[in-house]
Amino acid sequence: MSGPHDGKRDEIRSYAFGYVLALALTGAAFATVHWPHFVSTTTLAIVLGLAFVQMVVHFRFFLHISLGRSARDDLQLILFSTLIIILMVSETLVVLFNLRARMM
Amino acid sequence: MSANEIKHGGVNLGGAEELAYARAGNALFGFWVFLMSDAVLFALLFATYGVMLPATVGGPTPASEYKILPALLETLALLTSSFTFGMASVAMKYGASRRQLFGWMGVTLVLGVAFLGMEMHDFATMFGDGAYPTRSGYLSSFFALAPLHGLHVFFGSIWIIVMMVQVMTFGLDPRVKINILRLGLFWHFLDIVWIGIFSAVYLQGLIR
Repeated sequence: MSGPHDGKRDEIRSYAFGYVLALALTGAAFATVHWPHFVSTTTLAIVLGLAFVQMVVHFRFFLHISLGRSARDDLQLILFSTLIIILMVSETLVVLFNLRARMM
Repeated sequence: MSANEIKHGGVNLGGAEELAYARAGNALFGFWVFLMSDAVLFALLFATYGVMLPATVGGPTPASEYKILPALLETLALLTSSFTFGMASVAMKYGASRRQLFGWMGVTLVLGVAFLGMEMHDFATMFGDGAYPTRSGYLSSFFALAPLHGLHVFFGSIWIIVMMVQVMTFGLDPRVKINILRLGLFWHFLDIVWIGIFSAVYLQGLIR
């Protein structure tokens, strides 16, 4: 039987863990750009990859979205929004790139 | 359903505050719908920015306008404020003293205002260099995206002050607690949008 104060310590620890993880990912992204070791496309891929991981970390440790059954509504809404975003963004890109090609 | 089950995003009040916890599920899900529609808006502005990136018309370029140190400091300010707001939510949930709750909210507010100050300084420098929104397609899309996030942080900061006034006026009743949970979702969400901005805008512009 855990008292409320164990719960409090666990939640603070979870936030602190997420914070340290996010700091490390941010630092890695800035360091990759500040001290370039790779060609620019590789660097960009690393930065965007780190950004995606950091977003997942924020969702997990700050917004408490997990794969657990009870948080499913929120998770499903996030996944649905992601689907909408992928559709709308990719179609926007098609239209705008097409427009630019015609204006060249 | 067990008392400590996670029902919604952000801190769950289960096990500590049953009345607010019982109402929080629906109240917060509605706010999630708003946040996700906001995310769609930001995603489309990111897409526009990506297309407009080469459209500099011989004017200022990302490499000439962005500086890595201010971007890093702004990121650290916002990231730390997300953590301190988390601490405020935990303090509220476990009935810490009002001074402790106001302390964490105050630190969050100061960090948010510091972020806004640094961002304003960046924009002023850019305007001084002749990088204003009507100069090129690239700058139009930049000033549609980054200041919109800044505007969200600005209203989030006002919301923090409003919540402090509500806590002082009404005390920590269930309604006020749910409002603070909503503010927490909003604040953490802004930090997630900022990850996109510092990665896809600032860092991408600074890659050599």
